[in-house]
Amino acid sequence: MGLLDQQLGQGGIIISKLEDLINWARLSSMWPMGFGTACCAIEFMSAQSTPYDLDRFGVIPRASPRQSDVMIVAGTVTFKMADRVRRLYEQMAEPRYVVSMGSCSNCGGPYWEHGYHVVKGVDRIIPVDVYVPGCPPRPEALIGGLIKLQDKIRSESIVAPKAVEKILAESEG
Amino acid sequence: MKAEEIKILLEENFPQKSFEVVENASPQGIVVPAESLVAVMDFLHTNNKLYFDMLSCITGLDNGPEAGNMEVIYNLYSVPNDIHLMIKVILQRDDLKVDSLVEIWKTADWQEREVYDMYGIHFNNHPDLRRILMPADWEGFPLRKDYEEQTYYRGMKVKY
Repeated sequence: MGLLDQQLGQGGIIISKLEDLINWARLSSMWPMGFGTACCAIEFMSAQSTPYDLDRFGVIPRASPRQSDVMIVAGTVTFKMADRVRRLYEQMAEPRYVVSMGSCSNCGGPYWEHGYHVVKGVDRIIPVDVYVPGCPPRPEALIGGLIKLQDKIRSESIVAPKAVEKILAESEG
Repeated sequence: MKAEEIKILLEENFPQKSFEVVENASPQGIVVPAESLVAVMDFLHTNNKLYFDMLSCITGLDNGPEAGNMEVIYNLYSVPNDIHLMIKVILQRDDLKVDSLVEIWKTADWQEREVYDMYGIHFNNHPDLRRILMPADWEGFPLRKDYEEQTYYRGMKVKY
């Protein structure tokens, strides 16, 4: 909030880059979809409770994918559930982000070898931005993952996608 | 009432059939020929001395391709008489069919569906024999000893 403190004293006018303003707005209101697929959802719920208070990051769970910015995949994703998870992701408006919470959705977790019914990592069905390790991760770990996602959003560019430009420059010579 | 006494009761009522007591089990059980399962279960359900009004659990068991057979295990309980009993049916792997018990206990519906889902044992006269846990288009029966996962399910790799 250093920016606001300095600028508001000067007649209420703030001068900023549009990109910074948009990124700031996006990272301050990461609304996740309120759903969970297994026990990680319990930690996700307690992260929203008073002691951890995800609300202070502007993280308010929404009941509809159309109002959500972030999908927190909290728990084991089975093959039966995989189509539903992908469909929910496709219904979210862009820009959209995915946090993979816990070992199960990271890589299959304890089901990696003999679990015939578990997708061995949710990144096999949807793109993942941040992985949160743990079985299940404590609320602190989930908050850490969300701060990581905030960092990622803060460095985004609306004008020119830098990563794509870099790849194009390399391929041209 | 012990399993041995129930076996004697069964032999009196089904003279042509042979029953075998499973001693090494808790609760003790009786092996019943598959073709007379419904008649025996109906007797156990209605006989006043027994009155097994509750079907607690149906379990499937695969003894592996070498043994060549599978088992269906029924755990019964009589609430008024406080008797536990296990009933076992042994099926050959080339003929995995047994009659459904839905007519006697409604709860058999979903329990038989689970055994079908995991072992591929067919229940004759079942009203709605579909998979209950795995997706409808899944291939194979996961709890069989010789089960191999399919490589891909709807484009997703199954193995790690």
